[in-house]
Amino acid sequence: MSIRERLSGNEATAVAMKQINPDVVAAFPITPSTEIPQYFSTFVANGEVDTEFVAVESEHSAMSATIGAEAAGARAMTATSANGLSLMWEMIYIASSLRLPIVMALVNRAVSGPLNIHNDHSDAMGVRDAGWIMLFSENNQEAYDNMLMAHRIAENKDVLLPVMICQDGFITSHSIENIQLETDEEVRKFVGQYKPEHYLLNADEPIAVGPLDVQAYLFEHKAQQAEAMRNAKKVIKKVAEDFEKWTGRKYEFFEKYKLDDAEIAIICMNSTAGTTKAVVDQLRQKGVKAGLLKLRMFRPFPTEEISEALAHLKAVAVLDKADSLNAAGGALFEDVTSAMYVNGKHVPMVNYIYGIGGRDTTEKQIESVYSDLAEIAKNGKVENPYRYLGLRRREN
Amino acid sequence: MTEINAKTPMEDLTIGGDIYCAGNAREFKTGDWRSMKPIWLEEKCKQCGLCFPVCPDNAIPVGKDLKRKDYNYDYCKGCGVCAKVCPFKAIEMKEEGVE
Repeated sequence: MSIRERLSGNEATAVAMKQINPDVVAAFPITPSTEIPQYFSTFVANGEVDTEFVAVESEHSAMSATIGAEAAGARAMTATSANGLSLMWEMIYIASSLRLPIVMALVNRAVSGPLNIHNDHSDAMGVRDAGWIMLFSENNQEAYDNMLMAHRIAENKDVLLPVMICQDGFITSHSIENIQLETDEEVRKFVGQYKPEHYLLNADEPIAVGPLDVQAYLFEHKAQQAEAMRNAKKVIKKVAEDFEKWTGRKYEFFEKYKLDDAEIAIICMNSTAGTTKAVVDQLRQKGVKAGLLKLRMFRPFPTEEISEALAHLKAVAVLDKADSLNAAGGALFEDVTSAMYVNGKHVPMVNYIYGIGGRDTTEKQIESVYSDLAEIAKNGKVENPYRYLGLRRREN
Repeated sequence: MTEINAKTPMEDLTIGGDIYCAGNAREFKTGDWRSMKPIWLEEKCKQCGLCFPVCPDNAIPVGKDLKRKDYNYDYCKGCGVCAKVCPFKAIEMKEEGVE
């Protein structure tokens, strides 16, 4: 029986962590994820969890302590944002290459500079090739639910990769919404006990973790990580199916919102999907066949599934909340177009960089994207594939 | 723990290169990193015992009689700390490969 509550995204994440009751949490506060370790340390102080809370002096140390704890055989978690993640960067790669199933909440924020504390996805995009599983959450409920599923994915013996649960800074992290919580007992039953096969504190099997990996070995170890990422797809699917049986809430690699009979569609991640759904509903009332593909699983990237889901469309817009500053497209656009090309599907496609540094993205703007798509759909011609949404420019 | 080498396929390597046994540093011979080689001049050595505790690689074997023996060049990296602490000039540093 679910519990009806109202919580912010940060609270929902902290509550999920409390229910999971990990062995170690090491974290350093950074806006907008500060509240997660703040709430969690309250749970520690009140004796509501058995967790060892390590108040570290930097994010590099937060990830290092999390790695040490996980390698020792503990279940370890952390949370961060933007520049905190930047400071973790070295250890982010160590965590995944040592195959430690750490779970981290990433509350997405623009990576400075110029200094900005508001939401975009530049922090997440900066670690997209770091070997972490990355799940994105439209709202507080999804941030909570993804967190409950994370350990089952990360700790699966065919995966053993760290997982990052993303949500939009401020937009969901600080907005209070209605949410369905599960009971502590049910959560602990679903998440299960962490039973690593090899760990440092096992006196019966002394092991070395992270030894020097020279020219003859690193390539193979990286390929093992890539293999684990491929394996993760079926595990993420299975865990979501079990989760649905338990809670009734359905999760897939991506959500198809009125997509199957659509002619034009937007692809985006996190909270923008909520705004886009409202616009899709309005357009549908006017008879426009608009749809949405909301990507949940960004790493591993569901190339075949996405190309199949989009193949029937007349025009598609990919919304990137981070600019790759590469004189070409954003990261999501590149992944989606590459998926289409490799799978032999061609749909006219256009990229919009939007919402940078917390710039508000309105229904009107999303509607303008659908208008552009309707225009493209007429003859399939894309004049300029690399566009901005909501950028101020001098009128010419 | 199974033996691995540069021909082992990726499927047979442990994840992350983890080593599921202890004391394996012995199998990693670091002596070929050496550019300078310490030479023990036994006739000058007073067996004072200052050299072997400072060796970072345990490359100076010590017998049950508590006397040092000649170098274990499989592990000596030629750092020269032993030569520096020797009060009797009984350790000479020579360029590796030059006789």
